[in-house]
Amino acid sequence: MTDIPATALEPELAPKPTAEERWRALRTVSRGDVIYRSLLTVLALLLPLLVVLIAVELVSNAMPAVSKFGFGFLTHSTWDPVQGQFGALPLIFGTLYSSLVALVIAVPLALACAIFLTEFAPRWLRTPVGTLIELLAAVPSVIYGLWGIFVLIPLLRDHVWKVARHALGWLPIFGGVFYGPSVLAAGVILSIMILPYIAAVSREVLLAVPPSQREAGLALGATRWETVTTVILPYGRAGIVGAVILGLGRALGETMAVTMVIGNRHEVSASLLQPGYTIAAAIANEFSEAVSDMHLSALFMVGAVLFVITILVNTLARVLVWRVARGSAVGSTAI
Amino acid sequence: MHGRLIRRLFGSVMTGATYGAAALAILPLAVILAMLLVKGAGSLDWNFFTRSAVPFGEHGGGFAHAIVGTLIIVGLACAVGVPVGVSIGIYLAEFGGGQLGFAIRFIADVLNGVPSIVIGIFAWTWLVKPMGHFSALAGGVALGMILVPILARTTEEMVRLVPNSLREAALALGYPRWRTSLVVVVRTAAAGIVTGCLVAVARVAGETAPLLFTALGNQFFSTRVQGPMAALPLQVYVYALGPYDEWHRQAWAGALVLIMLVLALSLFARAVVRAKRQHA
Repeated sequence: MTDIPATALEPELAPKPTAEERWRALRTVSRGDVIYRSLLTVLALLLPLLVVLIAVELVSNAMPAVSKFGFGFLTHSTWDPVQGQFGALPLIFGTLYSSLVALVIAVPLALACAIFLTEFAPRWLRTPVGTLIELLAAVPSVIYGLWGIFVLIPLLRDHVWKVARHALGWLPIFGGVFYGPSVLAAGVILSIMILPYIAAVSREVLLAVPPSQREAGLALGATRWETVTTVILPYGRAGIVGAVILGLGRALGETMAVTMVIGNRHEVSASLLQPGYTIAAAIANEFSEAVSDMHLSALFMVGAVLFVITILVNTLARVLVWRVARGSAVGSTAI
Repeated sequence: MHGRLIRRLFGSVMTGATYGAAALAILPLAVILAMLLVKGAGSLDWNFFTRSAVPFGEHGGGFAHAIVGTLIIVGLACAVGVPVGVSIGIYLAEFGGGQLGFAIRFIADVLNGVPSIVIGIFAWTWLVKPMGHFSALAGGVALGMILVPILARTTEEMVRLVPNSLREAALALGYPRWRTSLVVVVRTAAAGIVTGCLVAVARVAGETAPLLFTALGNQFFSTRVQGPMAALPLQVYVYALGPYDEWHRQAWAGALVLIMLVLALSLFARAVVRAKRQHA
């Protein structure tokens, strides 16, 4: 696709070039091309640069906390800005726990949605239902939080738990008194928020399964559902795992909705009904009101932990999804 | 024969279950929209759009400062993010076939998964800390940085939809590559690129976390980009957590305005993209 210089097309204006000159002219790139390509390349290199700069800022600002608390920062659970004691265990635990709850709820539903949209839904229903599910991802986080405070929490506390208590109250994960703001509420909100991502990417993965696989399953006498479970899902396994991990990445970093419903208490509790805290929520609440430089540094440190976790999780997810649907942008955009 | 009947029955039950799952997944969207309308629509009056917040106890406060603030901050974000993001998208579509293109595409996707609050911290260290105070400018830059990887990917997709024959025709007419790319390819994809921008803007307009310690929020009307500024999502957040019923009422109304803005942008963009894809 090398461009042809004007001279090559207007032989009457220029002396007829020899074969060698002609060959060289075809290989030459015009100066405009060089500038255009270099400019775009430089801009594209801003992306890796941004990742590096974020990492450098987080780590350098976290150094005071790292040198003071060392590895114990990640394993202690005292968080006392006034005394200058910082341990991030409750934050890390709360982040992982609330995301786990979200995955447990969202993964089966999202997978069922993806299967519905690719295998079972009548054709006229696929686009509208797909759009509605994707619109869940367009709702701003703060609106989920608002809804969580005034609708979901009262619903869980006054209705769902009143009924479920007799059946589930003896389980340790449902221990203690349920006041409302809790890991459970955060997990439910998060599950609604990550469902569209998992569903959209899984759908893309299932669409990438060749029709011949599906036909082979049916030809062997399997029902359509058996074809899904024995042929289609195993074929797209890597991509589906990638979709789930992508959802996990979203859940880990989600801030506003979680901050508004999780109760924001620095405590490690196995009970889903008790308040918790997450890394992102702690940064949101405390960053602009940090009482000391050490407090700020501790927040940078948990921010760095969150950054590293989400980078790793997203890298893994991309590798898995790209293996099935190569270069696919699904899930990276809101479309 | 008996086993076959059970298998088919099981298949039907599970098929029905997927219908149920899809309905259950859509339910929250319907419930949230309904609640926003029920609780928010009543508070949308003239004052809401024309007046700023008033101290608690006084009546007739509004969200004008937050609406204007959001428009300004999102405008700043576009000024920062759109040129860079779209250029990177063009790079990926036109020159992104090699290893570097692969790496950039990968990094864009990974960067997309980085929590927005981390981007907020980064904007704080680069803009708020050196300047010594919170500013709408820092908020706009933070949102702009979130725009870049999204736009890079949507732009790339749109530019890729342009048929190669157009490119070849321009090259055959003696256009250099850069002019072919800008005048023919990008212009053909322009409508798609603009819709990609709308979707991305809809997403960042609802972002709250990166604004918490950049734009900070403001109870007063302000258009000064060097100072703290209110934004719709920030105001909803503050009012939702506040102790007063009056604030809660206004938070619902603010949320309704916010979601109408976001949904209108993304639905419009979706419709255009769909029409375009069917066309291509």
